[in-house]
Amino acid sequence: MKKILTYFKPYKWQSLLGPLFKLLEATFELLVPFIVGLIVDKGLGERVNGGYPYADKPFIVWMCVVLALFGLFGLVFAVIAQYFAAKTATGVSAGVRKDLFRKIQSLSYKDIDQVGASTLLTRMTSDVDQMQSGINLFLRLFLRSPFIVFGAMAVACIISPDSFGVFAVTIVVLAIVVYAVMFACMPLYKKTQAKLDKVVLSARENLTGARVLRAFCQEEEEREIFQTRNEELTKGRKFVGGVATITNPLTYVLINFAIIWLLWVGALKVDVGDLSQGSVLALYNLMGQILIELIKLANLIVTVTKAAACAGRIETVLTRQPTILLKERENTLLENASGDMIVFDKVSARYNEGAENALTELSFTLKRGETLGVIGGTGSGKTTLVNLIPHFYDVTEGKIFVAGRDVCEADYQEELRLKVGIVPQKALLFKGTIRENLLWGKADATDEELMQAARLAQAEEVILDKGGLDATVEQGGKNFSGGQKQRLTIARALTRNPEILILDDSASALDYATDAALRKAIRGLNTTVVIVSQRASAVRDADKILVLDEGAAVGMGTHEQLMNSCEVYREIYFSQYDESKENNSAEGGAAV
Amino acid sequence: MSKQKPSTLKRILHYVGKYPLSLFGSLLLAIVSVAATLCVPVFFGDAIDCIVEYGVQWEELTKIFIKTAAIVGIAAIAQWLMSLCNNRISCNVVRDIRHDAFEKLGALPLSYIDTHAHGETLSRIVADADQFSDGLLMGFTQFFTGVMTILGTIAFMLVTNVKIGLVVVFVTPVSLFVARFVATHTHKFFKEQTKTRGQQTAFVEEAITGLKTTKAFSQEKANEDKFNEINDRLQKSSLNAVFYSSLVNPSTRFINNLVYALVALIGAFDVVGGVFTVGGLTKFLSYANQYTKPFNEISGVVTELKGAFTCAARIFELIDETEEVSDAGNIELGKAQGNVALENVSFSYTPDKRLIEDLSLVVTPGQRVAIVGKTGAGKSTLINLLMRFYDVNGGAIKVEGKDVRELTRKSLRENYGMVLQETWLKSGTVRENLKLGKPDCTDEEMIAAAKATRAHGFIMRMEKGYDTVLSESGGDLSEGQKQLLCIARIMLALPSMLILDEATSSIDTRTERKISEAFDKLMEGRTSFVVAHRLSTIVHSDLILVMEAGRVVEQGTHMQLLQKGGAYAALHRGQFE
Repeated sequence: MKKILTYFKPYKWQSLLGPLFKLLEATFELLVPFIVGLIVDKGLGERVNGGYPYADKPFIVWMCVVLALFGLFGLVFAVIAQYFAAKTATGVSAGVRKDLFRKIQSLSYKDIDQVGASTLLTRMTSDVDQMQSGINLFLRLFLRSPFIVFGAMAVACIISPDSFGVFAVTIVVLAIVVYAVMFACMPLYKKTQAKLDKVVLSARENLTGARVLRAFCQEEEEREIFQTRNEELTKGRKFVGGVATITNPLTYVLINFAIIWLLWVGALKVDVGDLSQGSVLALYNLMGQILIELIKLANLIVTVTKAAACAGRIETVLTRQPTILLKERENTLLENASGDMIVFDKVSARYNEGAENALTELSFTLKRGETLGVIGGTGSGKTTLVNLIPHFYDVTEGKIFVAGRDVCEADYQEELRLKVGIVPQKALLFKGTIRENLLWGKADATDEELMQAARLAQAEEVILDKGGLDATVEQGGKNFSGGQKQRLTIARALTRNPEILILDDSASALDYATDAALRKAIRGLNTTVVIVSQRASAVRDADKILVLDEGAAVGMGTHEQLMNSCEVYREIYFSQYDESKENNSAEGGAAV
Repeated sequence: MSKQKPSTLKRILHYVGKYPLSLFGSLLLAIVSVAATLCVPVFFGDAIDCIVEYGVQWEELTKIFIKTAAIVGIAAIAQWLMSLCNNRISCNVVRDIRHDAFEKLGALPLSYIDTHAHGETLSRIVADADQFSDGLLMGFTQFFTGVMTILGTIAFMLVTNVKIGLVVVFVTPVSLFVARFVATHTHKFFKEQTKTRGQQTAFVEEAITGLKTTKAFSQEKANEDKFNEINDRLQKSSLNAVFYSSLVNPSTRFINNLVYALVALIGAFDVVGGVFTVGGLTKFLSYANQYTKPFNEISGVVTELKGAFTCAARIFELIDETEEVSDAGNIELGKAQGNVALENVSFSYTPDKRLIEDLSLVVTPGQRVAIVGKTGAGKSTLINLLMRFYDVNGGAIKVEGKDVRELTRKSLRENYGMVLQETWLKSGTVRENLKLGKPDCTDEEMIAAAKATRAHGFIMRMEKGYDTVLSESGGDLSEGQKQLLCIARIMLALPSMLILDEATSSIDTRTERKISEAFDKLMEGRTSFVVAHRLSTIVHSDLILVMEAGRVVEQGTHMQLLQKGGAYAALHRGQFE
């Protein structure tokens, strides 16, 4: 919980003043039984023959006015306290959400793969909300309750020192009960929140995968899965709710038995004249106040325990260290070799411990301005390779240098990412306008620059078609077709005018004519380019072509060299261009 | 929203009414526990009357204490059982509402899912349902007992002392009025809060989904700024909602303190006048206290319930969305031969932008129909219509001579096997994903299909082979690998018609060639619709449709179209440079 506590810092004063005003309010409440005792003992006066001949009526009126005034003070203090509590609770939550969002954005690719989106989403939303209500109630009541409890005890001791024992024992027993229930419930709440994650996962998948699930008529099965998860969640909640509800009746019984004990002890005193009837009345009222306070507390324990469990879940995300290796700058010899843009030195990489290598012992050098074509089968490691260049993942062995510097250097990350313009396999646009999406590449680009990039990416027509740069993009770019999205994502990378342009099979949804025009445009750019593709035509003109097969380089060279020397490359080539007739409708064309 | 309020309440009651036993139990136990609880101060008042200086009536006192202990026990047990009932009701009700909301997800037309932010919808099913649950539980635990305590107390007060009773009865409405005043003014803040929260969830959902892209473009900062803007607004609206709603409690408490002072005043004078004993005053005062407590609670509950109602209304809004036209009473298609006909079909996603117009086409069983054309020409739309993800605006699509709108969706879709360019895998094992289309197939069949699609190799290289759990949306599989799994899925299901929308776009041509044999076999005798960019893959089709801006501009076989020298020939030239 330590981490969460730091978010209270900007609200130091509010989080102190809130409870303080609450305590002031409580003080006035505590004085009420005292005043009532006074009314009985002083106001009524001596009891003679069942009557009160010495009753001091003005005193009684006075005291009742005091009671009303106390109520007014209570109101003012309470309102101030509520404001500070609300301010702190919402402020702390906003701070936590802000940092949580930043943290989530700082997670490495590997973390994102491992953690999963649904649980991050519940933590950002449901968990923070629960924590907020917890903090609010905590500030308002968790301090007030002990204060009233101990205050009542103190006032009781003033009235009758002998009642101390009764109050002390009662309070200790009650504290044990309250904490026992809290400790029992905390882990249970954590478990139910984890079950909520599962429910979210189900719901989320049925939104993202609606097409496929319906195509496979899986609605029924999905319903069953959701029902099971929902049922699990409900069961968990019922159980923990059942445990939590015991607090209230238990405290009720304890307090009332304590009152019986108190009255008995009081009666013994009154019997010998050591205590007045009014004092017994006051003691009884004080115990009653403790009861009311504790019942409130018991109701709140649920909320606060839940909040603590949620805060714990939030904290695991906040304290998660992004699993990416960063190291101090080293003075490597390679710094002098300024002509080398990308250097892979015996690079191996795998995604998880124990998994097979996604890339094995890969070495190559690409000079500034050169174009590298990467070709290979599905799962041969092409995407892994390009994701290593901007240091999205760590290598397992070997080293990678970009523009002479090791990609792992801590102070190089920002600069490195700015050097690289990447067009990922999956074309993803974000809610907003086309302009906003393109500006991702370069925040201060002019419209002219944007359109220039769009022209290069063959996306000009898309933009004009949709009504210009200010055309809306819906969430995930849902209102664009696959090919349109790809062209826009290419334009986005080009607005940056990157030193290294990486195209990760990003023209797959483009028709051949557009693809060819795009490549022609890029050739004219004079930047270092890495093109990943399955189309031999796309890499054919590259300065170097790297042929990957199951993570290892099986060929490296120009198209002509590879046609002579590399069996895999030949196979790929001929799967696209027929062996006998290079130009058209051939026998060997694959289906689909 | 306020217009819908009665109906929201009615609907909540409808859900609650499904648990009559718990509901009845809760009410009954509430009566028992309140009655018992109300007795306790009476007993203690009597006890105090027995405690007189130099003359405590010990015998009487003992009796009273035994009675009290018994009644306290009863009250506690009744309270506990009541809480269990309430807990059960609120958990079950939320489960049922979530369940209905989820059912709705399955029945919503795709146009809804395509046009609404997923995070927004999720927020309703998750956060709103939770807040509703909390509010409902609080309502149940405190509302009934509160109302009954108030009624019991008033009755008692009127019986013992009409004067004080009447004072209390007349002053009380003031506190109700105050509570109401605050609650109505808080409602709009709650609404604002819920709305902003929905926006934030939607934004976060998108940000998390696109996190990798964000990082690739170092847009973390920009995204953060956008997030912070929403976050600040949420902070403000939360502050308003939380603060103003928390005003109810102190203000009603203030009114109640006034009531308390009044009772003390009148009571004390009555004691002097001999109408009352000190014990009687004690009873009255603790009643005045007990009486104020439920008022505080009820007013607290009222604001909480307001919030809960707002949330419930948002969930109901989702549940009320118009569903896909019901299948009820429609015919089952059965096993189709593969006759598909489009008759003067027209369609557009939005009324102001026409897409497909007057499209007619007849496909006979076993035919291979290829659809080519530039991006945005309407190819994927055509597939949406064939699968009946969307309904046509004009004309009709017929399968086996029957209008698809007269068939049940399930029986229609069962006849299609679909592989899309945008792959989607569910979280679960590889095995579960492959068996999606045919849950009862054997492992041998599954492995055979995986081998035919060349997926077996990389599956076996994964940590646990077919039992490897794929994380959400396929995790670290490459797009090509995902596509291979999707194809294997279809190979297993063996539907009578196929829809392949750029099904191999992410698969390298070498692998594609290797699985082509399996594909050829799969398509043999099956009507298939193929969308492809690589023209080399469709040259053998029986019919090639060339689409442009929603219209079929050319149709024929590969040779016919080449000879024609039109749009297709141009595309072809472009590909083979």
